[in-house]
Amino acid sequence: MLWNDEFETLPREAVESLQLKRLRQVVERVYATVPFYRRSFEAAGVTPAQIRSLDDLRRLPFTLKADMRDNYPYGLFAVPLEQIVRIHASSGTTGKPTVVGYTRRDIDNWSELMARSFAAAGVHRGDVIHNAYGYGLFTGGLGAHYGAERIGASVIPMSGGQTKKQLMIMQDFGSTVLTCTPSYCLFLAEAAREEGLDIREFKLRVGIHGAEPWSEQLRAEIEEKLNIKAIDVYGLSEILGPGVAIECIEAQCGLHIWEDHFLPEIIDPETGVSLPHGEQGELVITTLTKEGIPLIRYRTRDITRILPEPCACGRTHLRLERMSGRSDDMLIIRGVNVFPSQIESVLFRIEGVEPHYQLLVDREDNLDTLEVQVEVNEATFSDEIKQLQGLSGKIRKDIKELLGVTCNVKLVEPKTIARSEGKAKRVIDRRKERGG
Amino acid sequence: MKVQQISIFIENESGRLAEVTRVLGDAGVNIRALSLADTSDFGILRLIVDQTERAHDVLKEHRFTVSKTEVVAVEVPDQPLGLCRVLSILEQSGINVEYMYAFAGNDRANAVIIFRFDDLDAAIRVLPQNGIRILEGKRVGMDAGRH
Repeated sequence: MLWNDEFETLPREAVESLQLKRLRQVVERVYATVPFYRRSFEAAGVTPAQIRSLDDLRRLPFTLKADMRDNYPYGLFAVPLEQIVRIHASSGTTGKPTVVGYTRRDIDNWSELMARSFAAAGVHRGDVIHNAYGYGLFTGGLGAHYGAERIGASVIPMSGGQTKKQLMIMQDFGSTVLTCTPSYCLFLAEAAREEGLDIREFKLRVGIHGAEPWSEQLRAEIEEKLNIKAIDVYGLSEILGPGVAIECIEAQCGLHIWEDHFLPEIIDPETGVSLPHGEQGELVITTLTKEGIPLIRYRTRDITRILPEPCACGRTHLRLERMSGRSDDMLIIRGVNVFPSQIESVLFRIEGVEPHYQLLVDREDNLDTLEVQVEVNEATFSDEIKQLQGLSGKIRKDIKELLGVTCNVKLVEPKTIARSEGKAKRVIDRRKERGG
Repeated sequence: MKVQQISIFIENESGRLAEVTRVLGDAGVNIRALSLADTSDFGILRLIVDQTERAHDVLKEHRFTVSKTEVVAVEVPDQPLGLCRVLSILEQSGINVEYMYAFAGNDRANAVIIFRFDDLDAAIRVLPQNGIRILEGKRVGMDAGRH
């Protein structure tokens, strides 16, 4: 279902000429108003006047997350604070958070893009949207909320936590749409089972899940356990928040990035060189319409590829393949690149194993070690040692065969791996804690 | 003739075993026999208790991974070659022991051994034919009403 027929189906040439017009405007604007950009453009030897085609984008320098921290809190804002109507900040796991500001028009555009995203997921007026993304500094809650109101659905501003109450409200209020992280979605399903509730019988029809990488198998599991269509949504606070890109319910294959507002590129994360469509690398986004904090060639650290083929749904905007991880989530274990999502895929292929796992990386005698902790459940538990050792042996062997990395598998009791009510913590890297 | 055993997955972490016994004790469940099989990472605690269903339910409530397994309680004369004779019969019949553990019975003349066989039904047939007694649940202190 289209929300904005005109812009969502704009012919490719029109998309690209609109992008170029907006790119030139934003480049001039940041050069004139943000000292950081004036300095970085000058250091790269480029002026706004030199940007005459979309290919010229490559002449511009990247913006890094570190640049946002260095200019904390307001240094990258392109308008005076009097024009900023909302401030969000990302959860900085180390040090200061990254701060973003929105003008009234930014909030309006965000609502429009989130409304498009809801419509793409088949959500409409009359739906009851149970919004379990966190409200607050995190962009998820309010971002989804404004889009839900824009399309005229009834939104329940649940935020995260209070799982039992969530289930009661979801059931009693007849929620038809659930918005939350994929890991919290599973957590809700599990809690429902423990409460003796059949969540498959709830009125839920669609789940819109994002804010962390998840696998195709996890989607299948969510769809089965909740009896819903699970849609992948993408966003990051630096660029906007949720609603940067979303899958359409028609194809459920790749996320349409709203190209009239964002200009995506894929680069080699090691060299920074631009890669052609279809190749996997790091996603880089230039915001075309943001006023509060426009970003030029922002390195998202998310790993994906651009799928240029036309989509069955009729939208002309390019699709991004499901994120396979973040470049900074990528673990290098004895020289082998491993994403947590790859390990998740291996576990899913083993009968009975549930997606509750954690990876523990450490270094012993100058060698990296990887321990994969997997919960034993009723389906995989046997009272014979050799059966359980067979299970851990199979996991170890499959990981070795498919990912080329040797690991230790530790079977653990259920619930010992911390359940996440927000983003799942899959990796504990003790090498970092030791500064090694 | 089979006896229900409770098996519990336990991580090798201090206090887990104590936690199991505390949960069972608080529920008024009495342990009649037990064995702990362990590896470097985890252990499996196998129990014969007086109230199997209750033990199973309270352990589940406390989020332990728990299962019920059928085993056989065999009476073995408490004298040299007593156990050997039982094992020889099993060997000749081609029945393998997956695991076994002894049970502290009240009867001084006989010991009780809990067996898990690869073929439980064959064992239940063969052993009595050779004069070996298999005990019912109530003889090993399980709640008679439930078995």
